[in-house]
Amino acid sequence: MSVFNIVIAGVGGQGVLMASKVLAESALACGMDVKQNEVHGMAQRGGSVISFVRIGEQVYSPVVMPGTADILISFEPLEALRYVHYLKPGGMLVYNKVTINPSTVASGLATYPRDVEEQITRACSNAHGIEALSIAQKAGNAKAVNMVMVGSVMKNLPIDSLVVEGVVKSLSKDKGVDVNLKALSGGAAAA
Amino acid sequence: MKKIISGNEAIALSFGDSGGVFASGYPGTPSTETLEEVARLGEVYCEWAPNEKVGLESAIGASIAGGRSLATMKHVGVNVAADALMTLTYTGVNAGLILMVADDPGMHSSQNEQDSRNYAKFAKVPMLDPADSQEAYDFVRVGFEISEQFDTPLMLRTTTRISHAKGCVEQKEKIPVKVGELVKNVPKYVMLPNFGKLKHVEVEARLLKLQEYAETTPLNRVEMGDTELGIITSGVSYQHVKEAYPNASILKLGLVHPLPEKKIREFAGRVKRCMVVEEMDAIFEEQIRAMGIRVDIGKDKISYCGEVNADIIRSAAGEAPATVSLAPVENLPQRPPTFCPGCAHRGLFSILSKLKVFVSGDIGCYTLGALPPLSAMHSVIDMGASISAAHGMAKVNEIAGRTEKPVAVIGDSTFFHSGITGLLSMAYNDGNALVIIMDNRTTGMTGGQENPGSGQVLQGGSSKQVDIAALVKVLGIENVAEINTYNLAETEAAIKKGMETPGPYVLIDKNPCILRYRVKKPVMGVDQDKCTGCRACLKAACVALGLGSAPEGEKPKVQIDPNICNGCGVCTQLCKFDAMSVAKG
Ligand SMILES: Cc1ncc(C[n+]2csc(CCOP(=O)(O)OP(=O)(O)O)c2C)c(N)n1
Repeated sequence: MSVFNIVIAGVGGQGVLMASKVLAESALACGMDVKQNEVHGMAQRGGSVISFVRIGEQVYSPVVMPGTADILISFEPLEALRYVHYLKPGGMLVYNKVTINPSTVASGLATYPRDVEEQITRACSNAHGIEALSIAQKAGNAKAVNMVMVGSVMKNLPIDSLVVEGVVKSLSKDKGVDVNLKALSGGAAAA
Repeated sequence: MKKIISGNEAIALSFGDSGGVFASGYPGTPSTETLEEVARLGEVYCEWAPNEKVGLESAIGASIAGGRSLATMKHVGVNVAADALMTLTYTGVNAGLILMVADDPGMHSSQNEQDSRNYAKFAKVPMLDPADSQEAYDFVRVGFEISEQFDTPLMLRTTTRISHAKGCVEQKEKIPVKVGELVKNVPKYVMLPNFGKLKHVEVEARLLKLQEYAETTPLNRVEMGDTELGIITSGVSYQHVKEAYPNASILKLGLVHPLPEKKIREFAGRVKRCMVVEEMDAIFEEQIRAMGIRVDIGKDKISYCGEVNADIIRSAAGEAPATVSLAPVENLPQRPPTFCPGCAHRGLFSILSKLKVFVSGDIGCYTLGALPPLSAMHSVIDMGASISAAHGMAKVNEIAGRTEKPVAVIGDSTFFHSGITGLLSMAYNDGNALVIIMDNRTTGMTGGQENPGSGQVLQGGSSKQVDIAALVKVLGIENVAEINTYNLAETEAAIKKGMETPGPYVLIDKNPCILRYRVKKPVMGVDQDKCTGCRACLKAACVALGLGSAPEGEKPKVQIDPNICNGCGVCTQLCKFDAMSVAKG
């Protein structure tokens, strides 16, 4: 009985929570036990956000320990690097290549590492960068980046992709259904 | 059918399913979503109180009037409500009363890490400590039963990983709402000394009865396994224990005060090594040791600070961690929370930073003004302290012959919570500070809740809206003026005038929270020919700004990300070269 661990990282306001919700609801729809947990609050204000989704037959702790994640989904390259040590050896990383400056960089107190993607590849041999923003824009809404990211890992989950699609449909508001499904399949095609 | 919900949502759902009638509280991470969910479910009356003391007292009134009631707050909120709690324990209840308190081990969004289990001991009230969303749901129902059976308020304690973690919950059958009589009972509800003395005797007797209950209730459960290691634990720590030692023997406490002495003694006697796993204080361990029961592994191996996890538990038991992870990548730029692009606080702190005054701060989004590069807040203690502490500073400045006037910065919600009394003291005691009230018409930091200044209530619908300027005047403050912190020159002039005028001086900014009220302004752009790369604008600490790339030997110029900018114009005013303006197109 092993638990499948997913870590989702990003920046406050990027929709990390919604992506986590889709994954958790999909696991529940497959009859699995789920724990989902993210640290928010202060983090809403443009800070770094990390969320855990754990699925399996029986899940105890809501927390993913470093070195144990099967998949890391990062909405931003620097955040991928910040949490890459959560992956277990051989674990998969999918990250959005579009960068967002942290306030420390925006105010000139720090510099954004220019070689961020090289550093990611050095830290993880199973890393895949995607252009999530343009895929989302093509699907019809820049905010659908979160669905693109979910789509990008869909076939690597212990969950049927059709179930994920069904959950996305049921969670989207009328006009959003089309955009979100397009974003999902755009993500799946990109990774 | 099972649902995946957070601990907070589970408590709200169960409150409605368990005959709840009245809920009140004050926002505070990680407790806030509980009342928000009660409101969203729409079945039970609920409201935001201006502070936790008022929230609890209103819940007490509701209980006396015969309605099952709930008061919610974060751990530090209990400090504010403690005066009510410490005598409520004497009066007891009519209908059941639950005080839900959310602790924050690890300080994800709090100013301290206090352990609310201390309050259960202090107030001599029963406390339940759920270990997941299902227990959070179940414990509300049994909590009301305990409260009514033992005539006591009950504390339901969560931690961040219970309040915010989502898990599967099976809903139970709804209990119909029954509202009891409002009975006059002077010896029960009037705590004059002669009545209080009798009540104290009852409280001690009640605690003994609760101890007996603790021995037999299924809330405290023994899971016998391998007897080499026996672990006594509760709450989310139980889940971490199960991760670390799925086969160990466990005494899982659901009722964490008072403790079941016999059960603990028997359990400890059956295992070879007895370990206590608890986050923060050594509440269990100290009591267990005082019972004369041995604890082989406890706080000597597990820190009083921060959260527990499976690896910490394994290494406390003398074993290597189960997993070896890569070291985190070092020297990455931090990504701390910051003012939203377009936030009205940014303009104020740009000026305070420039003027280099001492800023006595408070708790809210504006506390982020303490971080670099603004670094313009120099003390933050508890809600409301900005004003009262500035008053004390001003008195000592006067005694020491220093002329500088301290500046207090406080938000609207915090002003209503406990800033008003500080300002009253400043007026009454002939104070000398400048007080800036950032009235963004919401309780921003906790996610934008309604408050007495927003003109709306928790359940929707409009309400009376306090006039802060008028309120300040009737307290006895003569100098009150409005400012607009989006206009830096005007704000600077107003602050200087406030600093130069002797006596208390109040400035009020009334720009609404852009996040809560979805304010969207035209975005700015940078004329790359005019920008000299001087970086003056970067002092605004706005994530929409960033440096572009520049050829060798040249200064990189500033760029504005149009997806992030919200057009507040603060950077425009910090620029001496007129390089920024509303973007064309
Ligand atoms: C006693 C206590 N209760 C609740 C909190 C949680 N809390 C932190 S900031 C804040 C609200 C701040 O609102 P406001 O003063 O209006 O400032 P804003 O965040 O809107 O700028 C609250 C409720 C706390 N820290 N202490």
